Amino acid sequence: MTVTVPDAELSASPSVSPRFVRRLMRRPLAIVCLAYLAILVVIAVAAPMLLPHVGTERAGDLGTALQGPSAAHPLGVDSLGRDVLQRLLVGTRVTLVGVVEAMAVVLALGIPIGLVAGYLGGKTDRAIIWLADLVLSLPAIILVIVVLSVFPQSVTAAMVTLGVLAAPGLVRVVRAATLPVREQLYVAAARVSGMSRTYIITRHVLPRVMGPIVVQASLLAATALLVQTGLAFLALIAAPPEPSWGGMVADGVGALFQQPWLIWPPGLAIALTVLAFGLLGDAVRDAGTEGWSAKSALPLGDKHRSAPTRAAAAVPARINDSLLSVRDLTVSYATPTGPIRAVDGVSFDIARGETVGVVGESGCGKTTTALAIIALLGGGGRIDSGHVLFDGRDLAALSESELQAVRGTEIGYVSQEPMVALDPAFRIGWQLAEAVRINTGMSRAKSKRRAVELLEQVQLPEPHLVARRYPHELSGGMAQRVVVARALAGEPKLLIADEPTTALDVTIQVEILDLLRTLQRDRAMAIMLVTHDLGVVADMCDRVVVMYAGQVAERADVKELFGTPHHPYTRALLASNPHNQHNSAVLPTIPGAVPMPGSWPQGCHFQPRCARATDQCGSDEIPLLKIGASHEARCLYAHQIEGV
Amino acid sequence: MANTSVDAMGAPLTRSRRGRAIRRRGTSGGRLASLLARRMFTAVPLLLVVSSFNFLLLSLTPGDAARQMLGSSGTPEQYEALRRQLGLDLPVYEQYWGWLSSAVSGDFGNSITSGTPVLESITSRVPVTLSLIVGSLLVSVVVGVSLGVFSAVRGGVIGRAVDALALLSWALPVFWVGSVLVVVFAIKLEWFPALGYVPFTESPQEWARSLVLPVTALSLGSVAAVVKQTRESMLDVLGSEYIRMAAANGVSRTSLIYRHALKNAAIPVVTVLGVQTIGLLGGAVLIESVFSVPGLGSLVVGSALAHDIPTVQAVAVFFTVVVVVVNLSVDLAYGLLNPRVSAA
Amino acid sequence: MNDETNLLEVRDLSVHFRRGHGSPVLRAVDQVSFSVAERETLGVVGESGSGKTTIGRAVLGLESPTDGRIEFAGEDITRADHNRRRALSRDLQVIFQDPYSSLNPTRTVAQTLGESLRAEKLAGDEVRSRVIAMLERVGLPATAADRYPSGFSGGQRQRIAIARALVAQPRLVICDEPVSALDLSVQAQVLNLLRELQDEFALGYLFVAHDLDVVRHLSHRIMVLYRGQIMEQGPAEAVYSRPMHPYTRTLLEAAPVPDPVRQAAHRLRRVRAGDNTGPVSAAGCPFATRCPHAAPLCHAERPPLEQTPAGTTVACHRWQELGTAPTAVGAGLPVSVASETTRT
Repeated sequence: MTVTVPDAELSASPSVSPRFVRRLMRRPLAIVCLAYLAILVVIAVAAPMLLPHVGTERAGDLGTALQGPSAAHPLGVDSLGRDVLQRLLVGTRVTLVGVVEAMAVVLALGIPIGLVAGYLGGKTDRAIIWLADLVLSLPAIILVIVVLSVFPQSVTAAMVTLGVLAAPGLVRVVRAATLPVREQLYVAAARVSGMSRTYIITRHVLPRVMGPIVVQASLLAATALLVQTGLAFLALIAAPPEPSWGGMVADGVGALFQQPWLIWPPGLAIALTVLAFGLLGDAVRDAGTEGWSAKSALPLGDKHRSAPTRAAAAVPARINDSLLSVRDLTVSYATPTGPIRAVDGVSFDIARGETVGVVGESGCGKTTTALAIIALLGGGGRIDSGHVLFDGRDLAALSESELQAVRGTEIGYVSQEPMVALDPAFRIGWQLAEAVRINTGMSRAKSKRRAVELLEQVQLPEPHLVARRYPHELSGGMAQRVVVARALAGEPKLLIADEPTTALDVTIQVEILDLLRTLQRDRAMAIMLVTHDLGVVADMCDRVVVMYAGQVAERADVKELFGTPHHPYTRALLASNPHNQHNSAVLPTIPGAVPMPGSWPQGCHFQPRCARATDQCGSDEIPLLKIGASHEARCLYAHQIEGV
Repeated sequence: MANTSVDAMGAPLTRSRRGRAIRRRGTSGGRLASLLARRMFTAVPLLLVVSSFNFLLLSLTPGDAARQMLGSSGTPEQYEALRRQLGLDLPVYEQYWGWLSSAVSGDFGNSITSGTPVLESITSRVPVTLSLIVGSLLVSVVVGVSLGVFSAVRGGVIGRAVDALALLSWALPVFWVGSVLVVVFAIKLEWFPALGYVPFTESPQEWARSLVLPVTALSLGSVAAVVKQTRESMLDVLGSEYIRMAAANGVSRTSLIYRHALKNAAIPVVTVLGVQTIGLLGGAVLIESVFSVPGLGSLVVGSALAHDIPTVQAVAVFFTVVVVVVNLSVDLAYGLLNPRVSAA
Repeated sequence: MNDETNLLEVRDLSVHFRRGHGSPVLRAVDQVSFSVAERETLGVVGESGSGKTTIGRAVLGLESPTDGRIEFAGEDITRADHNRRRALSRDLQVIFQDPYSSLNPTRTVAQTLGESLRAEKLAGDEVRSRVIAMLERVGLPATAADRYPSGFSGGQRQRIAIARALVAQPRLVICDEPVSALDLSVQAQVLNLLRELQDEFALGYLFVAHDLDVVRHLSHRIMVLYRGQIMEQGPAEAVYSRPMHPYTRTLLEAAPVPDPVRQAAHRLRRVRAGDNTGPVSAAGCPFATRCPHAAPLCHAERPPLEQTPAGTTVACHRWQELGTAPTAVGAGLPVSVASETTRT
């Protein structure tokens, strides 16, 4: 029963090309920087050969001294009557040679030592890091000057010293980049296959840390250039008459009052080269993180939320007596290749005090729906159309400040990962008191007391002590109780719990689910429970919304859904759960995988994986068909699929 | 010095809060203490490495201090006598030991070129260099952090403009910027003195005026670095799950940005500030010669070229102590900002 | 179980971790003994901190055991070096949980699979033909060989990881949570594949997972771990239908049943055990602090593993008094649903 996955699906999956260089070459800025640096190298090699007299020329035609740019001297003439352009070109060599020498030392020391420290870890790592910190604490510029007093005018001595003193910076970067790679499971797999350390470091680790190395190396190259020109400026290296960029700035400063122009050509040459290194580093880094957009999750201004395209007909203030009515909600995310729809016309209701489960697999849009309700989509997400009617108001039409008043006070939110849901820099008590203060307007002193009460209500032992702790001092189960406590601070009417127990152990899950059940009963609070776990749904929910690929596939009371599922997807999902199968049985499966947003098929989104699919399923949008009083399924054949 | 920077950045670090943070019971407080102890412990080998490295190099030089003092006129006899007098005929390790044992008791010897006690010439120059560095650090913190936060929060065109400006000011060499500033503001506009330094004790107002241009030139690069880091870590933190979850539970935008995000984003910024402060020491050497400011930088350049070992040694020791203090302050700031002080 | 047929024999394995100075030793695995026979699946169940993953990593040589002995087919591999590991890799392989971290994004699928065949020193085209044959066997097209992992979905990546493990035709595969990162609808495909491949290649599995239903589905025998120690071990059906250890019961009762009617009844039966936090005494039963039946003896003395009439072994002082709990989880599915479902 081997399933051969169609090739088309492979190419449809989102891909981050490993061809890093190709990606870099798509960035015009990177090409400009590389081209500029390449030209500099050519000049450094060629200019002293083509203009051999410039290197030792002490003075030119003094009659033309300090002339500005002219046809004969495009960049003017210096105080000793020498052509500035020629000196600039010839001076490129000593400047670049210095950078190359320093970088050779930095790379030769930094990469191997950093790799060894990061990969071996333990005592080796600690010793190397101690030494690196020590060297980084040395006053580099003074040591370079001391070295220059011993080896007067030696560019090599100065730049090699600089390289040695700067290498620990690269060591730290390489080590830091190596540490997470070492923990990658493919490294473990290579070790299981008996690969040697050298093999693993060169084949598996090095390619993964090249990005950070190039970024750091380009920054260090820029620094080396600044130090080289600085030393030349002080005439500690490249003494007159030898032309160098730093020395030319010094010449220009000497003649500043007579001819202010002279400091510009060498100054700009230095600045442009530093910029080229810096921008190249940025481009390399950006190419390395392409596809992973670090857009702010915070609605920074209203521009993330387009004014939803309002239906012409006014929306009734209240469709029924539901607390929350989501109507035709459509959400898309902006991507470089255009908007991608993540939620497609979702509608459901939640009555006061009831628990509604929103179930689905990854990429079905359940979390996006939850975040859209409180308008915190982030990452370029926006509500394209639809309404979120909550207690008589359309949340999708509110301003950011109006929404702020709803969040926490009317709707509380609990997310999946308790350990990352709390601010690591503030104490638990402070974070809870802040939520109380903002959502209830209590005084500081009162809100502190209330925070402890809340911790007590979520059944944390010794709430006073817990309030004084930081998030990292709590276990996952305790942290999730704190997160629940914060969501309750404003006494919300609706609690949105997005996979509240997925990150927790099963015995802790019981505790959190029981807690939610108790709190709901005591406060008559409605819960929207987003989950992928059918067991949790069976345990907690009154009604269920099954989502598949951005749409509602089926909607029913919990007993009806599990007893008489009408959508083929729901039925297959229930059947493929190993809980429902005997040990010997082959599990019934659904072929293929859940399509990601952006690659949804025409017509019924489940149709390519559905055994019952007909041609008709792939042509038109499928409506939700009514099956019972509160039971609907998005399948043309829903009525033909018999329940139990 | 670094403490003030923490104040200016971490607005939420009110006085009472910091008091509690230091008195924190249990593990994290202990870890902080041991971290500080380790830093102190590192300072000793550091000073030994720096001083012995300098000593060794300068002693190996072909032309020694006696030759420098006598110039070309001295006879070989005079030269030998002077070498004995200065202790230059002893083996290097004995010379070093002699220097070290008196340095430990606070005697850094006399300058070979001027004959005056080294400690005196250094003490007179320390305020100059410190004024430059502390001034530049303050500018970096205040301007850098505000611009960084501004560009992170505003985003869009303004954010990119701030970014570009930061990149540009990072790319311009310190000595070049210094020269341009002199032309424009001292010579053309005559707003500030072109060269020199007026001690604070003489005239606070003139002292400030004499510092404006060198501090501007010196701080440009570190302002740029701070802007870049602040912007990046603010964006990073603002995109994090805990900010989103705090927002989901009603925390206001102002509190999210200036309380939650800023405190967390300040942690990497403190690291960058530490690195930049050490970089400022190097920049000061250049800036002091552009503006003819009589600080430690110009002293060490001259002394190194003249093989004035006692002076170079003393300045190197002073710079190393400053580095140790900066690293300590960074560690302290870490401890205050980050409850999980595990960073080495 | 006859010793001669045992592929893997682990005796009194302990793996301890030391976290920094001063903090107590973490006994991740504490005197654990078990064996895996040919064609057998031993399921290892436990929550976070139970040491289940560490056991697998110790067998693979990824953690070094503090104490105990690991034998593979009669050969002591407790501290095998990488040369012996390479020879061993023909017989012993691994499938990891995270299909994203377990494949190097910079290497093609063929390069990744080829690594598993290096021990055999085959010619290039033979490596390739075996790689392609294995890819096709796990349900991927031959064209997948020259692609990079980023082009595949989670389920496909897990198929690649399975192919990497099986291309060398090993005898024992350590499966560390191989399906827990997958969607339910894909999980069933991979579970079926693992079962088919076991029959086809006569594989032994050490199957580590936290999902009780998944483990039950595949395992012949089950080992229940808590805080690094074995609580209960025995034939899968016996452990599930007649759990003897209070912890096994707590675990089975905690897992919700995907059926609201049965879950309502199931919920009433369960015993709450409190949060899994706080230190555990080294002397007593690790579960004593959470166990509703804990007696003074449980805190003082570590219970030995004892044989039960059901054919299981259990580490509990009170298993005989507590008796057998009613069957916790009944299997059985509405027949119509099962028959309706697509089978491939």
